[in-house]
Parts: sequence; structure tokens; C-alpha cells
Amino acid sequence: MSIFINKETRLIVQGMTGSEGTKHTGRMIASGTNVVGGVTPGKGGQSVEIGGKTLPVFNTVSEAMAATNANASVVFVPPKFAKAAVIDAIDAEIPLVVVITEGIPVHDSAAFYAYSVSKGKTRIIGPNCPGLISPGQSNLGIIPADITGPGRIGLVSKSGTLTYQMMYELRDFGFSTAVGIGGDPVIGTTHIDCLRAFQDDPDTDAIVMIGEIGGDAEERAAAFIAKYVTKPVVGYVAGFTAPEGKTMGHAGAIVSGSSGTAQAKKEALEAAGVKVGKTPSETAELMRAILKG
Amino acid sequence: MDLFEYQARDLFESHNIPVLAGAVATTADEAEKAASVMGGRVVVKAQVKIGGRGKAGGVKLAEDASDAREKASAILGMDIKGHTVHKVMIAQAAPIAEEYYASILLDRANRNFLVMASVAGGMEIEEVAKTQPEKLARVGIDPNVGVTLEKAKEIARLGQFPAEVQDQVADVLVKLWAAFVAEDATLMEINPLVKTEDGRIVALDGKVTLDDNAEFRHADHEALIDHASANPLEAKAKELNLNYVKLEGEVGIIGNGAGLVMSTLDVVAYAGEKYGVKPANFLDIGGGASAEVMANGLSIILGDSDVRSVFVNVFGGITACDAVANGIVQALTILGDKATKPIVVRLDGNNVLEGRRILNEAAHPLVQQLDTMDGAAAKAAELAAK
Repeated sequence: MSIFINKETRLIVQGMTGSEGTKHTGRMIASGTNVVGGVTPGKGGQSVEIGGKTLPVFNTVSEAMAATNANASVVFVPPKFAKAAVIDAIDAEIPLVVVITEGIPVHDSAAFYAYSVSKGKTRIIGPNCPGLISPGQSNLGIIPADITGPGRIGLVSKSGTLTYQMMYELRDFGFSTAVGIGGDPVIGTTHIDCLRAFQDDPDTDAIVMIGEIGGDAEERAAAFIAKYVTKPVVGYVAGFTAPEGKTMGHAGAIVSGSSGTAQAKKEALEAAGVKVGKTPSETAELMRAILKG
Repeated sequence: MDLFEYQARDLFESHNIPVLAGAVATTADEAEKAASVMGGRVVVKAQVKIGGRGKAGGVKLAEDASDAREKASAILGMDIKGHTVHKVMIAQAAPIAEEYYASILLDRANRNFLVMASVAGGMEIEEVAKTQPEKLARVGIDPNVGVTLEKAKEIARLGQFPAEVQDQVADVLVKLWAAFVAEDATLMEINPLVKTEDGRIVALDGKVTLDDNAEFRHADHEALIDHASANPLEAKAKELNLNYVKLEGEVGIIGNGAGLVMSTLDVVAYAGEKYGVKPANFLDIGGGASAEVMANGLSIILGDSDVRSVFVNVFGGITACDAVANGIVQALTILGDKATKPIVVRLDGNNVLEGRRILNEAAHPLVQQLDTMDGAAAKAAELAAK
């Protein structure tokens, strides 16, 4: 099994006809994802050839779902149009929307997140995330499919490249699902959502959680782990050396006063019984030791 | 982007939030002129984006225009916690009866917005929250509903404002919300919000943070950027569209992906303890890592006179390592004699063997490769120590 996606995932790509959308649709198809169509407002009725498949294009997510029975969407729409695209997906009541787009204003993200909660039908992953992959089953987003194969580790991370790095370090074990939840201040799916899903997934044995400076999501995840998670968790936090008040690449990665520091996050995780590595390699070693018993 | 107080004041005024007369001055002359236009007593306030300026002597009352000139010339050029004062605000002095507090901010934990308001103002709000929590209203706002007049009145009541000012405070909160949305802010704080002796409610000091991601719909925000205090390397990097933050160390860092770069800084800092060196910067070249981007990145880092070695740490995801290796080789060709410092490269991931082969074959005298992130960090730290 896996979390959020599996072999039954039928994917549409919002923004499929744009250059990034086309490129990554090809990659997702090549890694075995069942892409069934795309959405570009104004281009409905056309079709495009990508990765040896002829894919229909629709004006709205509702039309795409009606025609293709899609149950997930991935968004490659530029920041200016991202809010409208996500609202379209929520209105269509699609169960899963993965928002890859970087640079969406936080007022837009907060608005579509609140809308998704009020409708209660759609899980949002991202924005500003690499997506998620269940190796050998489905791959929604831009995570390279050839780093490693299926296995029994679950991974949740704010960062894309640290996700890849960790998958690579543990490539001999493989992963049930790796989820990049995104580095923005407002995201649809949190560390806690993923921890709960991994805890409930019979095919995940252990969990790697990667966090970074900013906010208090890691502290809240630590409290959740202490209460609900019985599977072993190892953690890593990036940004110990980040100065106060400077945004480190991700819009959400900022230490404000004494809040959001890596040290506080590490301490909270350790207090919850999570082994925290000093570097990505050391974190992988901790996981290795657990899996080898 | 954080705004200066005078910019916050102007922004408030443009959204009909009541403020007092205020003007900005960069010289004592300008300060005198502004004070004489305003007439009467004025407050001369250092414009720095850090708290505690009052205690540092950066806020002075002036009796008249010539006094304002004197106070301004004392404050301009001051250093407040590492921030040089380039500008002062000349603000009308007002007889204050009471000091309150109001703010709207992004609430990351609840993924919505938060309005805070309190009858207890003039001090840090954290202090109010600790010592008089019953006087602090904290109300979550649905982004799709906003602060209605009804909600604003409820907040004014919860913040324990006196009955006679509740309507005025509610009106300010509604306008503050409108400004918060219209400007794509993540923080708008009025502290203090005051009642003057003649019973008016006025925003006396403000703090505003605007969302950089929303720049595309606010062409006017460009004018608010503080070029005078910007680090020249950071300014140049911004022009080149690079995600760069200058730090105080000796090991230049280039990586792909914000998380990996943050992690690289940490690993270099650990390795550097032994040699007394630290990371010199944050630089994320993103997913592409073309030769041009790599050359731009290297030129920024080599332009930093503090840098003694460079660590290029790339995990090939979508971008293959051979493309990155070619980028490094071409970047060094572009830079020619300008490349003078040792460069440690660690490549891993997609097509790593080909990437390493390309660098080995190029055999550039400044470049050496290591297989692991930890090993490469140690090498870069060692080279910076020499």
C-alpha cells in the first residue's frame, strides 16, 4: 500500500499544455503514472500527444472528471492563475490536488485552503512542493522516479532536494510513499497529516520526517508523535545556522525572534522520542539501524 | 518585505486609517523644513527595521523646527543594533490620553489570519499576552469572509476597549483588514493605537510586512524597497535572479534546493568548528543549474572578499549531474582569471558517474571532488582555514 496515491490513481494535469506541465507529464507517464487528461481553460476539446499517449484537454476539472473518472490533479499553473486553478479543482470535489507551483501569494493559498476545508472533499498537498511518489505505483509531481524503488519507509519533508537526498541515502530499502509537503507558510497537508497516514498504513514500517526553520509545524508534529505514532520515527531539521529575520529560500523558512529555530524543533522531536540526525547522512544511518533491528 | 514606519504610516493613510501628520527626512535640513511645515512640537524618530530604538536614543521630542534639526542631525547616522539610521520620520506630536494595540497577521499554525486587539498598548504584545491575557482579544479570521463590522465590534469588546471608543476601534479594524488584503500583507500592526485627548483614535506607530510572492500584482511596492541598507552582494544577486543571503563566514556555498542549501550550511558549520570557519552565504541555484546560472552564482560568491573556499553541493534530481558538471566547467571558462579560490564539488543523484567523469576530465586546478556531503564540507572548511 501507500498513502494518498496508489495504482488506482487517475491523474489530470492542470496546466498540462504549458512547458513545465508538458515536460513533467511526460516524466510522470514514463514512471508509470496513469495520466488521463489535462485542464487548460480555453483549450477544452483539444488533445495533446505526450509520452506516447493522446491526452484530452478540458476547460474545467469538473469536465475532466466527468469524462475521465480522474481522482487526482497536479497543478503546474503559474502563480498568477494558481488560485483559480485550485478553486476549480475544489469545486469539482476532486479528492486530491497537488500544487507544485512556487511563488503563490499567501493570501491566495490561505483562501483556497480555507475553501477546501469548508467544502470538505479535497486534500491539498503543497503549494511550493515537489509532490509525492509511491515508487512503482504512482508519481504526482516532479520527484525523480529513478532514485529508488518500492519499500517500507514513509517519508515526509518540507524540502524537495532533501527528499531526494534522503531517498538516495536509503535507496537500498525503498519507500512506501515519499511526500514533499512544501516550504510555504500555508500548506494544505502537514507533517501531522502524513504521520497519521503513515501510522495507519500497514505497508509502512518506519517514518523519516524532515523539517526546517520557520513556524512551529515540527513542534506540533512532535506532540502528535508522542501521542499517536507507535512506528519508529527519525527526524532531521535543516537551518541551525540560519540568522534571525532572513528568509532562506523557502517563503516559510524564517526564524522570527526566538520562534521557528532549528534547535527548538530538534529538542521538541527528541522529547517525543524521535531520533534526530545532525546531517542527512547521520539521519539515514539512524533509520538504517532501526530497520536492521 | 518589512516596511519602515513612515512607509507604514503612508500606507495606512492611503487606506483611510487615521494617522497623524508625518514626513520622512534624510538630512537635518529636510527635517527642519518638515517640522516647520507641520508647526508646533514634533517627534523625530529613527527609521530602522528593528525594535528598541526608543531605548537606544533614536526617538526624540523637538520643541520647534530648529530643535527638530538638531535632534535629526544627532539621530541620522546613529547605529541601532547594527542598523545605520539613514532616515528619520518627523511626526506631529499629539497629546495622548490612552495607548491601545491592534494587529492582523498571518497565523501559520491555523492557516488563516489572526486579529489581535487590546486596550493595553504601548508595550510589546507578547508582554500583554503574558501579563494581562484577559485584555487581549485573539480572533481567527476566515480569509474568505474577512473582518466584518460585526466581527470588528466583537473584537473591540473582547479587547476590553472602553465603550465610548469601541465603534471607532471597530472602524479602524475593518479598514485595517481592507488594507491588509489590498496590499497582500502578512503583518499589519498598530502599536500604539492611541486615543488623543480630544477623543480621536489614531494609529501612532505601525509595522507592516508585505508578501514578496505577491509582487506581481503590486507594481507600486517596488518603490518601497530599501536600497540604501541592502548588502551590495545581495542586491547584485537579486538582479541576477539568484536566491542569495550574505552571512558572516569564509566558506562560500552553492547548492540546489532551499532545504539542501540550509542543510549544507549546517554541515559546513559543524565541520568548520575545528578550523574556526563558517558558511559565508546561502545560495540556492534552483532546479536548472545551467552554466549561466552556475557562472552567475560563482561570480557572486567569488566577489565576496570574505570567501576563502567554495563548496558546490548538488543533488541531481530532475537536472542530471552531467549537466551540472558541464555548467561548472563552462562557468569556470566564463570566469577565467576571476576564479581564484579552491572549489570543492560534491555531486550525487541522477547521472552522477558521468558528472564526476566530466569534472575529472576537465581537471581544473581549483576544483576537487568528494563523494559525500559530509566529506566535502570537511574539505571545504579545511581549505578555508588555510
